[in-house]
Amino acid sequence: MKIRCALIGPGNIGTDLLYKLLRSDVLEPVWMVGIDPTSDGLARARDMGLKTTHEGVDGLLPHIEADNIQIAFDATSAYAHAETSRKLVEKGVKVIDLTPAAIGPFCVPPVNLLDHLDKGEENVNMVTCGGQATIPMVFAVSRVQPVRYGEIVATVSSRSAGPGTRKNIDEFTETTSSAVEKVGGAAKGKAIIILNPADPPLMMRDTIHCITETEPQQDAIIESVKAMEAEVQKYVPGYRVKEGPVFDGNRVSVFVEVRGRGDYLPEYAGNLDIMTAAAARTAEMFAEQMLKA
Amino acid sequence: MNLKGKKIRLHDMSLRDGMHSIRHQFTLQNMQDLSQALDKAHVPLIEVTHGDGLGGSSVNYGFGLHSDREYLEAVIPHLQHAKVSILLIPGISTIKDLKAIEDLGVSTVRVATHCTEADVAEQHIKYAAKQGFDTVGFLMMSHMVKPEKILEQAKLMYGYGANCLYMTDSAGHMLPEDVKEKIGLLRSEFPDEIEIGFHGHHNLAMGVANSLAAVEAGATRIDGSVAGFGAGAGNTPLEVFAAVCDMYGIETGVHVNALMDAAEDVAVPMMGENLPRINRNALTLGYAGVYSSFLLHAKRAEEKHGVPAREILLELGRRGTVGGQEDMIEDVALEMLRKRGG
Repeated sequence: MKIRCALIGPGNIGTDLLYKLLRSDVLEPVWMVGIDPTSDGLARARDMGLKTTHEGVDGLLPHIEADNIQIAFDATSAYAHAETSRKLVEKGVKVIDLTPAAIGPFCVPPVNLLDHLDKGEENVNMVTCGGQATIPMVFAVSRVQPVRYGEIVATVSSRSAGPGTRKNIDEFTETTSSAVEKVGGAAKGKAIIILNPADPPLMMRDTIHCITETEPQQDAIIESVKAMEAEVQKYVPGYRVKEGPVFDGNRVSVFVEVRGRGDYLPEYAGNLDIMTAAAARTAEMFAEQMLKA
Repeated sequence: MNLKGKKIRLHDMSLRDGMHSIRHQFTLQNMQDLSQALDKAHVPLIEVTHGDGLGGSSVNYGFGLHSDREYLEAVIPHLQHAKVSILLIPGISTIKDLKAIEDLGVSTVRVATHCTEADVAEQHIKYAAKQGFDTVGFLMMSHMVKPEKILEQAKLMYGYGANCLYMTDSAGHMLPEDVKEKIGLLRSEFPDEIEIGFHGHHNLAMGVANSLAAVEAGATRIDGSVAGFGAGAGNTPLEVFAAVCDMYGIETGVHVNALMDAAEDVAVPMMGENLPRINRNALTLGYAGVYSSFLLHAKRAEEKHGVPAREILLELGRRGTVGGQEDMIEDVALEMLRKRGG
């Protein structure tokens, strides 16, 4: 038996997520929700056997009970998320938020997914692509010793940055830096994002700088970073520590590359892949818990 | 070339772009002394922020000795003539950073993006324009694309509300013909009340020639720095350009002798060993088209990892890195080190 899901937002992210859910042993994507009857994404989902509506979340609500939808993914915009989430949670659906709205707690699977499971959260937020790629590494350092300051630089290919990200780039920086603190465990966080238009497009890459309170315990940090890399690789096989950790005084720097799985989006769009992979991973853990219960 | 009677506005960069050359370590006294000297020379506009703009203070770019707010507070109240601009690079800083300093009397907000990514500046340009700032859209690394692309991106910034559009040679790679073509296209496509600006770097010693080409093609705002104090081999040396303008009869309103004094008596002693010059690495920036502020970061990577800065810079050029990707420098150095089995 599988837990039945709905996807809201048939764009790039929603479609890539759909590919991942179709592979899952515990999740079954049933509905794709859009707002445009002529959307390619809706047509594609229909071809793949999903039920679709172009009437937004209101088009989905009457079917939730009959179709036994227990988990919904929102891959639309921060603007619409609060309302969507309220309606779904009211019906007992768990919501996984891929927008920067962040009304629920931040979820970075290898760091705090288990906590969310224990608490039975109704809505969790997947932070940002840059957050998913870097916060595990901030945490890998902060679980060894206190981090006074954590800074991440996410570089993504211009082609993989959609209009939503571009229009609201401040949301990316603010949400990510807040999560570097709240989830990564840095006392102060900063996030920088850079779009690079090189052709052929470059793979997503991220730099994580931590400044530790006291001299870095090099061996323990190296081991912790290695273990964390393996944790992330469980759901993002193309996640790789490229260089580092480099130590320079109290600075610890890790250089990471994220190759996407190339499900619906090209491989270079590791930034989008890590979001959908983290969301799918989160839903799977919720589903396993539901199935046990 | 008859430029007699053309009126342009000079914009000094030494207190922002110059920050790169001294690892963002200006003291408040340095800021006051230099801004006072520029003010005395009647430079109409000077830029004050971390080298990478508001919020640039970071591991990646270097921490500033003081916050942007402290610098602005130290400079603005003492100026008689000059107005002050700030730089804001979306992705590094946010509207919140701008809100945190907008009460200090800044006149001009310059919102900078890579030359193909203008749409990330929509929020910031709209906000600055709405607040009544002199709002500039600033397209960096303009050597990397064709004039039509610069025009397309400048149109976006204009659409968001920018009243001045800059074509920026961040790598100091451009030659006068290229400058003329790009500035000329912008000038011909926007209404007269929209100003066109040029920001040069002196990595190929073309700062003055390029700025002159920009004026000839219709630019009315030109960036430079006293004593060329800026990233790479520095910006267009402002006192030199002011003197050349004077000889052509271009009206800048700047007192050339006082500007020379600001350069020689105030800026140069402040820089000490950091005086930018066209050394091998800075020339490589211009020659290979690499972002000028990578220079000192590459030098530090050379010192730490033993890989020649020039090779690092060339590799960064081959990879098409853009402004802000300072984190690539150590990454590339380590990769090169590993490849040579070091």
